[in-house]
Amino acid sequence: MANQIQYIYSEAHLRNSEATKYREKDLKTGEMIINIGPQHPSTHGVLRLEVVTDGEMIVDVVPHLGYLHRCFEKHTESLAYNQIIPYVDRMDYLAAMNSEHAYAMGVERMLGIEKEIPKRVEYIRVLVAELNRLASHFVAIGTYGMDIGAMTSFFWMMRDREHILRLLEWVCGARMLYNYIWVGGLYYDLPIGFEERCREFINYLEPKVREMDKLLIENKIFVERTANVGVLPLDVAINYGITGPILRGSGLKFDLRKVDGYSVYPEIDFDVPVGKGEMGTKGDCWDRTYVRMQECYQSIRIVSQCLDQLQGDHKRTRDFDPKAMVPKKIRPKAQDLYVRAENPKGELGYYFRADGRSDQPFRCKVRAPSFVNLSVISEIAKGGLIADLIAIIGSIDLVLGEVDR
Amino acid sequence: MSIEEIKELINNHLPEMVREVIQNTTPTTLIVDPSRIVELCAFLRTNKSLYFDSLSCLTALDNGPESGTMEVVYTLYSIPYDYKLNIRCEIDRNLPQIPSVANVWRTADWHEREAFDLFGINFLNHPDLRRILLPTDWEGFPLLKDYSQQEKYHGITVKY
Repeated sequence: MANQIQYIYSEAHLRNSEATKYREKDLKTGEMIINIGPQHPSTHGVLRLEVVTDGEMIVDVVPHLGYLHRCFEKHTESLAYNQIIPYVDRMDYLAAMNSEHAYAMGVERMLGIEKEIPKRVEYIRVLVAELNRLASHFVAIGTYGMDIGAMTSFFWMMRDREHILRLLEWVCGARMLYNYIWVGGLYYDLPIGFEERCREFINYLEPKVREMDKLLIENKIFVERTANVGVLPLDVAINYGITGPILRGSGLKFDLRKVDGYSVYPEIDFDVPVGKGEMGTKGDCWDRTYVRMQECYQSIRIVSQCLDQLQGDHKRTRDFDPKAMVPKKIRPKAQDLYVRAENPKGELGYYFRADGRSDQPFRCKVRAPSFVNLSVISEIAKGGLIADLIAIIGSIDLVLGEVDR
Repeated sequence: MSIEEIKELINNHLPEMVREVIQNTTPTTLIVDPSRIVELCAFLRTNKSLYFDSLSCLTALDNGPESGTMEVVYTLYSIPYDYKLNIRCEIDRNLPQIPSVANVWRTADWHEREAFDLFGINFLNHPDLRRILLPTDWEGFPLLKDYSQQEKYHGITVKY
């Protein structure tokens, strides 16, 4: 079996599976198709872009997805609700805690136990989710700097992300794919001494973020490269269903943590930064990166308030069991439920249908923020330069695991 | 605005559009006439007192071969008023087709392509209905309840 040739080459296969939208006869004089990806480092994963160019100008961009497609939604139909959580991790692998949090919240809402979850569990969930949001934004900002030519930002952000990953590894044993937030509780309580170490880390982190802010965001070269590039007007953004830092970069103060007020977010004090077009036009690449950077400060504030609570009112007690509320059998009543939460990339939504008879969902559809955010790329890249296309992809902050699911 | 008021408002403007209100869903669902979905969506998006300006999610569902129906669920959200609403259309499973709302919300474009890709629902008047996640020459629609995998794809064994 080992030596058997798995892939049979045939000319016809190549033709059948060819997925370019444009053909040579559709092009006007002087136009050319350039293929970027799926192995190109600045596409942030296996994304293929079919770019129709006229000289340096972009005429159209057609994204081709699916290189990482696993059909998560088919898997869910044959798995119990609690067994789906590891699959959820693998969608947005840079912010797995946030995805788990949204998923667990949805299933709890279907079971009607959402209000009964202990406060300490909720605060731990928000704590780890915000740490993970920081890690995700660090990757976004760091790699974005690298995409457009700044190497230092990548190294510095990766250094600080490493601290976060180690903290989360200490919490749950895995660096990226955690399976930590369970339906009805948590896998474990925080390890002893975590709160102190985490506070130490937060105190270390804030000056580092400030330093990064000065180094990259206010940098003249960076501003020249990103301001007035890839401008996304607000009405277009809403029509395309854009959410998260990109929508806020276009100037709308819309954050689901504030709007829906899920979990313990209403008890926490934080601001929602928006893009104001300080360096160029409102909604350009600079604004989006600026919003991400500002959100890092807000996440630090949230983490520190969570730590206050976890060391104060909701202190660790000897008899506290984070698994106390975990249901033995998860069988929601027959219903449909759409649950959404603010992920680092935007609005992550799950559409569940439970038939009331089984402990597997009848249907579990994921509304992935990266997938929806990517759909706007042809709109904002049209008419720009090829070099700016790279800046635009980076500013959208894609995770292909989530785009393809 | 309560769900009854929304139903009233829709039925006043578009007679006999809403067939039923379903309460055991979050957000509440209206079952509507699939053939006039574009008209309804354009109304919901532009009406001053509703202003459903964002389509959060578009879900397709297959109820299985016995029932003979498929569903398309539009989850709408109104940013200015903070209203949420589900619109559900039931369509025939043997001839799954429904008008496309991609001209109302541009985000529906990719959502509908995904539903076409995984369910085989034909969205009429869609600007660019191609497969999006699967290769163009993939056989069958994986999220159908009676889907069976193809044996080989380009000489690669599909079943593991």
